[in-house]
Amino acid sequence: MAVLTAVAALGQACVKLVQDLGSFALLLLGILRRSAAIWRRPRLIAAQVHFLGNHSLAIIVVAGLFVGLVLGLQGYYTLRRYGSEEALGLLVALALVRELGPVISALLFAGRAGTSLTAEIGLMKAGEQLAALETMAVDPIARVLGPRFYGGLIAVPLLATLFSAVGVLGGWLVGVVLIGVDPGAFWSQMSGGVDFWDDVVNGVIKSLVFGVAVTQIALMQGYGARPTPEGVARATTLTVVVGSLAVLGLDFVLTALMFGEL
Amino acid sequence: MQSRNLNLAVGAFVLLGLLALLFMALQVSNLGTRGPGSTYELKAYFDNIGGLKPRAAVRSAGVVVGRVRQIQFDDQQYQALVLIDMDARYQFPKDTSAKILTSGLLGDNYVGLEPGGDTEMLKAADRIRMTQSAVVLENLISQFLYNKATEPSSSASSGRK
Repeated sequence: MAVLTAVAALGQACVKLVQDLGSFALLLLGILRRSAAIWRRPRLIAAQVHFLGNHSLAIIVVAGLFVGLVLGLQGYYTLRRYGSEEALGLLVALALVRELGPVISALLFAGRAGTSLTAEIGLMKAGEQLAALETMAVDPIARVLGPRFYGGLIAVPLLATLFSAVGVLGGWLVGVVLIGVDPGAFWSQMSGGVDFWDDVVNGVIKSLVFGVAVTQIALMQGYGARPTPEGVARATTLTVVVGSLAVLGLDFVLTALMFGEL
Repeated sequence: MQSRNLNLAVGAFVLLGLLALLFMALQVSNLGTRGPGSTYELKAYFDNIGGLKPRAAVRSAGVVVGRVRQIQFDDQQYQALVLIDMDARYQFPKDTSAKILTSGLLGDNYVGLEPGGDTEMLKAADRIRMTQSAVVLENLISQFLYNKATEPSSSASSGRK
């Protein structure tokens, strides 16, 4: 009997997973289909870019700076063993542009902005504001979810690029200013080894995908939350957990697709 | 006033992001250092290219004058065919020779060009006739050991000193 229960639990988990993926795709499709209506009110999107982007600026810049500083220090200690400290710039820039910039900024975004999206929409639902909108023939997906989705889509790549740029400056600060690596070699090795299209643009594409995933997961958790205090609390937790795991999983897939042959 | 401040803040944020992208493009990546678009193609056959990769530098007197575009294997001659995009600003004589060199002890491979004395210049799609393969470390070591083994006088001469 215990075996049957276990098999049933497995089956239930699978059905739940497929259901979640399906509702994820349906909600994404619903938002994309209403794009024309959403973009007719750019002010709403601008307000969301301000809320999601500007307010995340401080944490992104500070985190980027410290990641760059640590990369510079650790990279220097390892590279010094092989007498190639000049490659420090290349190491810092490639690590940031390809992986750390998009991933860490998406993780921070999930914690800083995704949670507030989920809580806001969950409370709107708990307070029956979404139902009220529908009663007034206002589509909540177009009016509430859409601008937040596009706000996140615009904000995340910009934040990730800023993260990488500040991180490179952090690496420069440690490598060139503090330790004394030759600045000419630092920058020339960097620009010699980093390709704009293969590395920088692929990093931006990565962060665009992460932006869609994190924002969409946050919206879905809020929209699907049970309209109780516990339901909203649970949804907010799930936003961070599912969003972070999705970013890390997607990063592996994207890295294998983009840089797999190198 | 409220909405003007909002627009200002959002605009500044987007501008900051685009400036970061510009910094990445010009300072961090190779977009700023990439030469002018006009290039001409040269071909060169090598017995062994070692670790040469596409987009490796082509240098003459240490200055980058082109990039390796493509590397193929020619199954008629059993040699490597290297296609090179040369910067159109630089012309080289017809008897220029090409070598595969290494920058530093563990650095990347690159193609070094040594100009000859011919009055005619290489044109697009021409072939560089004189080439020298990459130095493969294993061959070098085995050659060295072979020479050591066949020269008994070298140890005697060093013993005299």
